[in-house]
Amino acid sequence: MSASHAQGHSEGGTRLYLTVWAGLLIMSLLEVFLAYEQLPVNLMLVILMGLSVIKAALIIAYFMHLRFERLSLFLTLVPMWVLVICLMSVFFPDSLRLLALRFPR
Amino acid sequence: MDTAGAGEVGASLWEGAARPYAVPSKKLGMWLFIVSDAITFAALLMAYSYVRVASVDWPRPFHFWPSITVASIMTFCLLSSSITMVMAVSSAKQGKVGSTLKWMGWTMAGGFAFIVLHANEWRGLIEEGMRPFTNPWGTPAGSTPLFGATFFALTGLHMTHVTVGVIVLGVLAAGFKSGRYPADYVEIGGLYWHFVDLVWMFIFPLVYLLSASPH
Repeated sequence: MSASHAQGHSEGGTRLYLTVWAGLLIMSLLEVFLAYEQLPVNLMLVILMGLSVIKAALIIAYFMHLRFERLSLFLTLVPMWVLVICLMSVFFPDSLRLLALRFPR
Repeated sequence: MDTAGAGEVGASLWEGAARPYAVPSKKLGMWLFIVSDAITFAALLMAYSYVRVASVDWPRPFHFWPSITVASIMTFCLLSSSITMVMAVSSAKQGKVGSTLKWMGWTMAGGFAFIVLHANEWRGLIEEGMRPFTNPWGTPAGSTPLFGATFFALTGLHMTHVTVGVIVLGVLAAGFKSGRYPADYVEIGGLYWHFVDLVWMFIFPLVYLLSASPH
């Protein structure tokens, strides 16, 4: 048990994990429901991505325990992650240029 | 094993006396791998999004039954397997071998159910004529050839990760049972498994729900 001793973090309880799990299931059902609402595409995309990010954050924080680890670990992993995804996104508007270049049908 | 020299009085820095993140080195290694793998999946998702936004007539062939329903069940399987994995890690840390094996068994079952459902879905789509570079949808038919490429690449890579995960969990369970692996290893395997679930949290809405058939 030396590992958990050295980590010295507080454990989440079973109830906390079950609450997170229930929240994840509810958000997933919400996403399925939203897919059949006639929303404008951009709004739908923003909501879906937002929900996915919240679900990811919950999984990373609680199931993967990052919330209870040292801040230095969080700071080493997460900001770099976000930065790389932002860098990739820089090229995303180019897809709109491509769309505009298509032959008219 | 890797925690043996750490924190011992008199151990030098080179012998692992300092642990800046207060995690075992194998766990840090798994975290770093997870970050790199996440970026790989992010790149694939970015490529899919780019191609999709740039196309005029992206197919939306996923009907509520069976595609969206089965994909929702697959989501439930993975989410449930994540909670069972959390229980397994908790049991392992308390030294309860039987309980750990039971929870890991359920996790593997969830992963296996996911694989079976997913393979069946692939079979159905391939029967409809979907291939990596052709498909029968769109106007005219086959006008968005990259639908299959992006779908199969994303879900195929993810399915591979799930399969490897199930096998690794089996190996970890056997090792933990025999006492060869400490509870740490179960936790590290758990990290990988949660990552696999996390990726699906993005693939499910972006690939399935956005291509849900509107009628």
